[in-house]
Amino acid sequence: MTREMTGAKMVVQALKDQGVDTVFGYPGGAVLPIYDEIFLQNDIRHILVRHEQGAVHAAEGYARSTGKPGVALVTSGPGATNAVTGLTDALLDSIPIVVLTGQVPTFMIGSDAFQEADTVGITRPCTKHNWLVKDTDSLADTMHEAFHVATSGRPGPVLVDIPKDVQFASGEYSAPKPSTSHYQPVLKGDLEEITELVAAMETAKKPVFYTGGGVINSGTAASQLLRELVDATGFPITSTLMGLGAYPASGKNWLGMLGMHGLYEANLAMHDCDLMINIGARFDDRITGRIDAFSPNSKKAHIDIDPSSINKVIRVDIPIVGDVAHVLEDILKVWKARGRKTDAASVAKWQDQINDWRKVNCLAYTNSEKTIKPQYALQRLEELTKKHDRYITTEVGQHQMWAAQYLGFEDPNRWMTSGGLGTMGYGFPASIGVQMAHPEALVINVAGEASWLMNMQEMGTAAQYRLPVKQFILNNERLGMVRQWQELLHGERYSHSWSEALPDFVKLAEAFGAKGILCSDPADLDDAIMEMINYDGPVIFDCLVEKHENCFPMIPSGKAHNEMLLGEAETQGVIDSKGSVLV
Amino acid sequence: MSALHIKQGATRHSAYNLRPTFSDVQERHTIAVLVENEPGVLARVIGLFSGRGYNIESLTVAEVDHTGHLSRITIVTTGTPQVIEQIKAQLGRIVSVRDVHDLTVEGSSVERELAIIKVVGAGDKRVEALRLADIFRASVVDSTLNSFIFEITGAPDKIDAFADLMRPLGLVEIARTGVAALLRGD
Repeated sequence: MTREMTGAKMVVQALKDQGVDTVFGYPGGAVLPIYDEIFLQNDIRHILVRHEQGAVHAAEGYARSTGKPGVALVTSGPGATNAVTGLTDALLDSIPIVVLTGQVPTFMIGSDAFQEADTVGITRPCTKHNWLVKDTDSLADTMHEAFHVATSGRPGPVLVDIPKDVQFASGEYSAPKPSTSHYQPVLKGDLEEITELVAAMETAKKPVFYTGGGVINSGTAASQLLRELVDATGFPITSTLMGLGAYPASGKNWLGMLGMHGLYEANLAMHDCDLMINIGARFDDRITGRIDAFSPNSKKAHIDIDPSSINKVIRVDIPIVGDVAHVLEDILKVWKARGRKTDAASVAKWQDQINDWRKVNCLAYTNSEKTIKPQYALQRLEELTKKHDRYITTEVGQHQMWAAQYLGFEDPNRWMTSGGLGTMGYGFPASIGVQMAHPEALVINVAGEASWLMNMQEMGTAAQYRLPVKQFILNNERLGMVRQWQELLHGERYSHSWSEALPDFVKLAEAFGAKGILCSDPADLDDAIMEMINYDGPVIFDCLVEKHENCFPMIPSGKAHNEMLLGEAETQGVIDSKGSVLV
Repeated sequence: MSALHIKQGATRHSAYNLRPTFSDVQERHTIAVLVENEPGVLARVIGLFSGRGYNIESLTVAEVDHTGHLSRITIVTTGTPQVIEQIKAQLGRIVSVRDVHDLTVEGSSVERELAIIKVVGAGDKRVEALRLADIFRASVVDSTLNSFIFEITGAPDKIDAFADLMRPLGLVEIARTGVAALLRGD
């Protein structure tokens, strides 16, 4: 069934038909007809951000905390170019978002018109796919296809560029129908490969599950199936930064996060295992360390919906292309049908070995009664908030790694962090997106002061919509991770890695009509955190922490998993010239 | 014909498992990519190669199915086996790409390229150019009193050889189409 309407109305209608309830955006000349249609309806909430980058990160936060695609709406030219960082962030972390951009009218494209940019050209390498819609009749189908592409297969950002004359003109609107698109990624894994993996699981003496964001992206069923498989086999499990929460941090087989700042026991288990089962992770360089020393004696299986992830970095023995939930379901079926076998005696010995590694207590740190250690701040935050309906976002840097180490995630979709791109400025707008999706929940952005300042204009958004997002800033007056690398790699020459001329965060909060809390004494910390939790409105929590704390454990650049640094004493001259060119 | 359908799952039967380990040997592959002929599709393919640092030795593109709006892009590229596999997988995940065929591994194929070559000269050199053109089955498509334009079709090696011979005889300009290729048999 088709109906005649303007392009602008089609956009809003298509959003409704796709189940969208929230759009993050910023108006401008080239999207005014769409904003007019938004004004005339009440089904879709529009959240006015203060910068287009904020709109895209907010859409990401919304998407990651709900499993539904996030939507952002921005104008042409600078609106579109400001969205590029968010698009790239979503591409690297495989987050389904649909970004709508206005464009100058079709007859002016190519004339260097006011606020014209080659948006599809600029965003081609940072979207999963993009479209320039040149006639109104194809707008509805393109909108529906955009949602299909964003959410099918490996999710990702898409962009639809809509010239202003296409928004004004009338055309035929068609409702979404079962996709006839040629883009139909395969969901089921190959049964032969799955059987080979099950056979390897039956005889493995030192197995480990290595899981990633793909488990979260596959949906909550995937996390359930993962828990069933882990608990039934008794195999230990670790996860990347992106996959935290798919298996509960309180689970008995949980090793903690792996990778550059991962836990000792997780990285050593990866290095020494004889069977590595990668589920929805991509052998990122933060995970593997030195490639030629990566888990040298293991058979490796890799489950991924994107064929290009397989053998990209690490050659695997058992490649399984498919959706995590579908493949896990088949693994469980086959494993049960073959008699639920594991080499339980060997796996128990392996667990003993892992328990010995656990005794190293790699997250231990020297606490202080005078200054707040960032690790201590996060431990207290965890203790005081873990029973809440809690969502955590982060910025990028030391605080992000400490948050991953010291906070426990029991469920998927509760942890939103910029993993692949490492975007400073992600966490605050993301927390706004999360809070919009979960108005009653406790949403905390664990931040560093430098990252937080990158998108601090979103205080206006938080204040306008009375979003009670808690900005928990670990303020060390430094770009902590940069400072750490300069200490380890650049002869302690701290080139431009301190935050000078910082604002008074309490006054800043008050200037936006929000609450500011300053805390510098460990003895006051619990009360201050409780005050933050109990305040019904946005809070900036300025937590003054130790300025020179380094983040450990750490696998230095160019080193293997079993060459971890556990603390300050081991850091002298550990990174050679070959390692120092890596980032 | 054993088409390599990368999108349909990496099994032991796929090219992923053709080689036991990563090798450093540079291989030359001819890859045929069937794409939906929509604006920007060539930029997507080329952008993939430049963005990820892959080589393009030659590239040809034209619409081959006017009703289905499908274009065929033939790319000659070099890389280690791992890089070649990545190129194919990365091509396969472009949304407007329908199919990817590695003609180098899927069986023997026919590769053809067309070149037009302008040779300027007089006297013996002009006669020699005509004689060699005849041997290479190049045809004269334009002539003035002191120049020829030859058209030659063949495998890229043959065109290279012909151009090398023409150089001392007065080759001043050459235009090549790049390789078009098809698998042999049915």
